[in-house]
Amino acid sequence: MNALVGFCKTETSLIIDTTMFNQWPDMENGDFSFLIGGEAGAGIARAGFLFAKACMRGGLHVFGTNDYQSLIRGGHNFYVARVSDREVFSQMDFVHLIIALNSETVVLHRNKLVPNGGVIYDKDDLSQTREEPNSSVKFYPVPMRRIVIEELKEPHNLIIMNSVALGAATAVTDYDLNLLAELLKETFKPEIAETNIKAARIGYNYIKEHFEANFEHKLRKMAQTKSPRIFLNGNEAVGLGALKAGCKLYVSYPMTPTTGLLHFMASNERDFNMVTIQPEGEIAAINMAIGAAYAGVRAMTATSGGGFCLMSEGLGMSGMTETPIVVMVGQRPGPSTGLPTYTAQGDLRFVIHASQGEFPRIVIAPGDFEECFYETVRAFNWAEKYQLPVILLTDKYVLESEVSAERFDMDKVTIERGLVIRDSYTESRVYGRYEVTETGASPRAIPSTAGAIVRANSDEHDEFGLVTEDPAVTTTMCEKRMRKLYYVKREIEERNIETTKFYGSEEAEATIISWGSTKGPIKEALRLLSAEGKNVNFLQILYLHPFPKAKVEEAMNKARKTAVVENNNTSQLSSLIRDHVLRKVDHKILKYDGRPFSPIMLAERIKEVL
Amino acid sequence: MVSLQDLNTSKKITWCPGCGNFGIIAAFKGALVELGLERERVVVVSGIGCHGKMADYVNVNSFHGIHGRVLPVATGIKLANSGLTVFGFSGDADCYDEGWDHFCHAIRRNVDITLIVHNNMVLGLTTGQTTATSQTGFRTKSTPFGAAVPPLNPIAHAIVSHGTFVARGFSGDPKHLQGLIVQAARHRGFGYIDVFQPCVTFNYLNTYEWFRQRIYKLEETGHDAGNRWKALEKSFEWGDRIPIGIFYKEERPTFNDNFPQLKDKTLEGMQIDKVNVDLILQSMS
Repeated sequence: MNALVGFCKTETSLIIDTTMFNQWPDMENGDFSFLIGGEAGAGIARAGFLFAKACMRGGLHVFGTNDYQSLIRGGHNFYVARVSDREVFSQMDFVHLIIALNSETVVLHRNKLVPNGGVIYDKDDLSQTREEPNSSVKFYPVPMRRIVIEELKEPHNLIIMNSVALGAATAVTDYDLNLLAELLKETFKPEIAETNIKAARIGYNYIKEHFEANFEHKLRKMAQTKSPRIFLNGNEAVGLGALKAGCKLYVSYPMTPTTGLLHFMASNERDFNMVTIQPEGEIAAINMAIGAAYAGVRAMTATSGGGFCLMSEGLGMSGMTETPIVVMVGQRPGPSTGLPTYTAQGDLRFVIHASQGEFPRIVIAPGDFEECFYETVRAFNWAEKYQLPVILLTDKYVLESEVSAERFDMDKVTIERGLVIRDSYTESRVYGRYEVTETGASPRAIPSTAGAIVRANSDEHDEFGLVTEDPAVTTTMCEKRMRKLYYVKREIEERNIETTKFYGSEEAEATIISWGSTKGPIKEALRLLSAEGKNVNFLQILYLHPFPKAKVEEAMNKARKTAVVENNNTSQLSSLIRDHVLRKVDHKILKYDGRPFSPIMLAERIKEVL
Repeated sequence: MVSLQDLNTSKKITWCPGCGNFGIIAAFKGALVELGLERERVVVVSGIGCHGKMADYVNVNSFHGIHGRVLPVATGIKLANSGLTVFGFSGDADCYDEGWDHFCHAIRRNVDITLIVHNNMVLGLTTGQTTATSQTGFRTKSTPFGAAVPPLNPIAHAIVSHGTFVARGFSGDPKHLQGLIVQAARHRGFGYIDVFQPCVTFNYLNTYEWFRQRIYKLEETGHDAGNRWKALEKSFEWGDRIPIGIFYKEERPTFNDNFPQLKDKTLEGMQIDKVNVDLILQSMS
């Protein structure tokens, strides 16, 4: 108990109400968190992924997230996953089992361990840990290094220690070793897989032979749901959405946390008849995407805040030339280089306002993996129908965390391309790329359409795309472009598109308002609060621009009290609400240390404002 | 097939009388006719500067973009639809200052497009400042005491960056330039032509006369355009004699050739409403 108090003190200066911990409904009920830690290069993320996926294969629900530093070797990395018999939306504040591949893992995370928790560590690493005689914690020293060197005869491949440790963890939790072995087999080339499976088996048997089977927190397989679930991260969910949407050119310069999407698209380009390019930088990336989109192809780029700075002029050009592109921005803490491998929500105002002048854009902030998929498809539709840039605003937490999810429903997906003219243009009127229309979107001929000369222009231009400096034409064209947002809003209304989502009962002590990846921890915190008899509901704002003013206003009118939750320092959403709804929120719950909110910590801070 | 008349637009040309751009536009239109291209299958991409107005003055598809970004836009277009013949027009500031990184990378990718750089060694549209190719000592409003640093050598850079068609033309000789444009467009790969284009208003130094006194044609000297070292040597020739014509030429796979998924197909022509992602979903289960 004291351990928990200490842990939360260091992270939030908050003292956790330990009664809450005792009352946590799933405590005795199949909810289990493990943490695997070690140096960078020790295969921590891979090991965490494999154990988490093995849990999913056993019918359990999983949420995994990694914490790593901006370096290749050394330092401290860890992966923490929560496994449960019900759907889980975030990691938990504490863990039941620590799998330590170095001494730091125990030192840094010992205080997150629940009573009766366990620690697997290297028996021969004397610096690593001291057993605690009067503690309820179970220690499982396993000679991991010695096993790799002496039994497996792989002294130059110490990374295999992670498989020994996974085998040991499987035994401690009394889980099914075959599930892990299968995954190792699917992951590695045959000979490497064989060594790792052998390593896991040795680790497994070592526990079974040397320790009593008295670990309290066992993993029990559950019957699978109708169709097998998938285990994926946010980058992959966005990537699946882009492929499904028919994205044919993906151009991106590597930048955490979006690099995973570049890898995903590159590995799939041949199977999906699309092209992935890593160009000389973000400026080239967005301009290549725009060129391809002008030529009629669905194109996308992604970056983080720093790269998006470089893309700003291109973003404006997309708006001015009315060329549809999708840009994913994966936020991380700034300013400047900031904390390159951690999470934040500091770029909301930036993406809404980036680039000079005024032009229409849409900003969507997916809060979870499903939204990453469906909103990516939708982003392409918006972009093409209204011929403007669409920004998917994500962050490290949602992009690089992994979750077991139901398969996406492909019947819910439609492809809407808007006014596209291909092959030939037969109207008697000379084709004008920027014909002034009611909605602001003009019939978009694709270059090579017979009978149509297609002129895109970043200068102010007339209907035919020719440069103009005429004040009347300038006014008309500005209004033509800006009108699109009005029609976007109208379409949202007519088709009843969810631009906000509401969770919980209408009657509540308070309403949480938030956006993006805070969604998961908020849903978990609300569950905890509800178990304590505290009724709090949650308004998630999915579309930040154009702002869903009416829906936010309605929720605020019904709320007894409002609190905005954000991973930033200035509460950018609060200021946005003030801009549009002309009201202040009552409370702001902010966190800007690069780490996501976790449920208990957040529940405590919500309680403070009730 | 296009005729010269079809290539005119309604826009009034606003270049200064005697501007080197007139020679380039004449050569380009002549080249389009000579190449026998359809207007709808040609795309002009231009940047910012006096050259950028090419997009307004030639009646073909065009993308008039922002400063320095001609090549990434042109690359995106060519990747999307290899059936289009893409001509990039850029200036010395647009290409060799603001867009220098794209220049080197587009060349080494060997994107199958043509790049024509209007090189007048001065910023014209902003009323006269130095650029990357201004001569050392060149006095402008931004360098009243003379440009201190030596100019870039774009021809040498293009050869070193694995260029496959590296040429220089002179807008005072549009007929010769037209020949270069036709060859560059027919070249399978990145056709690059740096064009001496006198700025009659802001470049007091590099005038028509200055160029005429110095330039000579490589093809008239028996230059071997297949020899990279000879080409590089020629690219450094500057002073009393300055070569124009084709410095270097070779065949090598184009950027699009790297993608087997583009063989006999274009991205633009792909069907997108029935993409099946089941295989990936299976691998994630």
